[in-house]
Amino acid sequence: MWTESLKQLKTAFLFIIVMTIITGLIYPAIVTGVAQLLFPWQANGSLIKQNNIIVGSQLIGQNFTDAKYFWGRPSATSPYAYNASSSAGSNLGPSNPDLITAIKQRIDVLHKADPQNKQLIPVDLVTTSASGLDPDISPLAAYYQMERVAKARGLSEDVIKKLIDSHITSRSFGFLGEPRVNVLQLNLDLDKLSAHQ
Amino acid sequence: MTVNGLLQISFYLLIVILLVKPMGWYMARVYENKSCGLDKIMGPLEKLIYRICGINKDQQMNWIRYLTTMLFFNFFGFLAVYVIQRLQIFLPLNPQQFPAVTPDMSFNTAASFVTNANWQAYSGESTLSYLTQMMALTVQNYLSAATGMSLLIALIRGLVRHETTDLGNFWVDTIRGTLYILMPLAFILAIILSSQGILQNFKSYETIHFLQPTTYQQAVTDASGQPINDVNGKPKMQNITLTQQLLPMGPVASQIAIKQLGTNGGGYFNVNSAHPFENPTPLSNFFEMLAILLIPAALCYTFGVMINDKRQGWAIFIAMLIILLPLIFCDVLAEQNGNPAFNHLGIDQNHHHLLSTGGNMEGKESRFGIVNSALWASVTTATSNGSVNSMHDSFTPLGGLIPLWLMHLGEVVFGGVGSGLSGMLMLVIITVFVAGLMVGRTPEYLGKKIETYEMKMASVAVLIMPLIVLVFTAFAVVTQFGTSAIANPAEHGFTEILYAFTSMVNNNGSAFAGINAAMPFYTIVGGIAMLFGRYWIAIPTLAIAGSLVRKKVIPRSAGTLPTHTPLFILLLVSITIVLGALTFFPALALGPVVEHLILWENN
Repeated sequence: MWTESLKQLKTAFLFIIVMTIITGLIYPAIVTGVAQLLFPWQANGSLIKQNNIIVGSQLIGQNFTDAKYFWGRPSATSPYAYNASSSAGSNLGPSNPDLITAIKQRIDVLHKADPQNKQLIPVDLVTTSASGLDPDISPLAAYYQMERVAKARGLSEDVIKKLIDSHITSRSFGFLGEPRVNVLQLNLDLDKLSAHQ
Repeated sequence: MTVNGLLQISFYLLIVILLVKPMGWYMARVYENKSCGLDKIMGPLEKLIYRICGINKDQQMNWIRYLTTMLFFNFFGFLAVYVIQRLQIFLPLNPQQFPAVTPDMSFNTAASFVTNANWQAYSGESTLSYLTQMMALTVQNYLSAATGMSLLIALIRGLVRHETTDLGNFWVDTIRGTLYILMPLAFILAIILSSQGILQNFKSYETIHFLQPTTYQQAVTDASGQPINDVNGKPKMQNITLTQQLLPMGPVASQIAIKQLGTNGGGYFNVNSAHPFENPTPLSNFFEMLAILLIPAALCYTFGVMINDKRQGWAIFIAMLIILLPLIFCDVLAEQNGNPAFNHLGIDQNHHHLLSTGGNMEGKESRFGIVNSALWASVTTATSNGSVNSMHDSFTPLGGLIPLWLMHLGEVVFGGVGSGLSGMLMLVIITVFVAGLMVGRTPEYLGKKIETYEMKMASVAVLIMPLIVLVFTAFAVVTQFGTSAIANPAEHGFTEILYAFTSMVNNNGSAFAGINAAMPFYTIVGGIAMLFGRYWIAIPTLAIAGSLVRKKVIPRSAGTLPTHTPLFILLLVSITIVLGALTFFPALALGPVVEHLILWENN
């Protein structure tokens, strides 16, 4: 009985070591090799470079508060919004008074930046994303900010609208996911556009 | 429900249903030791493992032996995860120099990953080194999943074999499950995911330069780290402006693939599959969701093949689908309806085709919108996966009730890989018994008589979960330890605690994440809850297998209740729902139900 159990223990011990090597080292190493070979840009963070400086990742949002830029979703990361090394949602419950207070504040900020805009505010512009790093907003949220950005840059709304239209990512295969606009890409191209004018 | 929503849900379920048969057939081949197409590649590796570990693959185990082998094996797995976390600072592949994880957190994570719960008290990107993620977490993602599948296979053998004690060999089942099923699928999925933008590298964190510098306020501290107060006694604040920040890197795709396939669900990053580096596109989201249901659903067919009566497998599959379908639709509707508290604030919560998803977007990502968030929430809690792509804590009360209740059913609606179907088979035994009582027939299932012993064990397996969940929740609610971790006030805070213990005992791992899971009370008590939840159910399940396998097969007679008919499916669904509903209704009434009534009354 005892020698049996001891043998069982030894097998269990060896088994963990062998499986750790196979599933914990060999498997991720092979996946890394293949991914680096086939999809190096994606596997390394989808980084966007400008003049040899990395200005961000296409997938990770950045905080924009300047009137001349399009703003992304509110972010609940700390200590600052869009902190990429500390992803977090607000986790505020639907009936939590703090949620309503926070949303009212965000509405005030939007109204202050754009007093003439009387449209209803798209819900994604005043609610925090799940990750705090959401790179996208809805097309409606981009159109909502069109007037403010045009004014701040002295560009016509038509030009801005065209730029937004060209940045809309539609649903994959026409039906998966949601249509959206990548805020960082849009703002980068906005800067380019302003530079040319 | 929008047309597009309907389309996305139907397409998803259709693909799952189409894959059930081929995948289920393949898995049956693997567990019946038949050739399955990968023998040339994996065969030599399999033999090598047998040789190194001294495993005699022809040795048969009785149920006690099968159980103790599993326990020994899980014990070492637990130790390995614990030790690697504690020593990570001394080990390689730690480019950010993360220190050792604290003892209570290491205990919690070890319990969490060995039991397939994958409850996440840690924040991956700021706590765990690449080596810990790979050699501790990825490994247990594989092994805990393979363990769950082995247990199910032993139970199935208990039904198929007769007048013997042999339930198979735990080592062989676990190795074959890992090498022939999980690893090839995970490899393919990981490559697909990395094409979508999920990270897969060993680089140190990347510095990026902001387009617009970001400014935030921070309390000024003195040399000893104490905050300095100004003349009014308020903490003095200073503005800090950042022009750059660090982007996390690492071997993510390889872990996410197996995390989804093995119904594990423990994320690489803090926010799990809501993180753009863990789930960047609608396509990656689709594949990750497909991976959640694939194996649990296909195992129903595997069951049918192994007992040589495929109708029985389909009957269980249909019963599970009947429970899941309406709940998915209710959840999407609840979230699409939005939050009534926003109604008078000048916010547009309506759905606009091609312009805006609308609905309750707090804690959801733009690329997933309402449909994919609510669909994921239902599927991840129906199975014991527990990964999230949105924050369940911020769901509307009814939208959050559905994931919670899906776990309350005992993770039997597809459930964890292996453990889900075993749990459902416990309910089948109870259903057969109840039906037998009603019509005065001797209860039997697949030719095996269901007697007092099986009934006792099945009842134990079914009742342990509610008992632990409710006792631990009650304890947490009346103590300072429990309530101080709450993030949201009133009834929502109660729901956070109930959700936490429901998730841990059921080995799900998702959370109403506002709760401070990193507090020692929750890491330690929660770790114990996860261990109870896994092993106290595994033991009676294997005991039933051990008892059934000794019995004779009774020939089918006029008195036999057929277990593949619509009538039986209906009975099974009713028993499952009644058990779940009755046990947890009072608790649910105190949490999400009250919150829903108050929220809609006030607005």
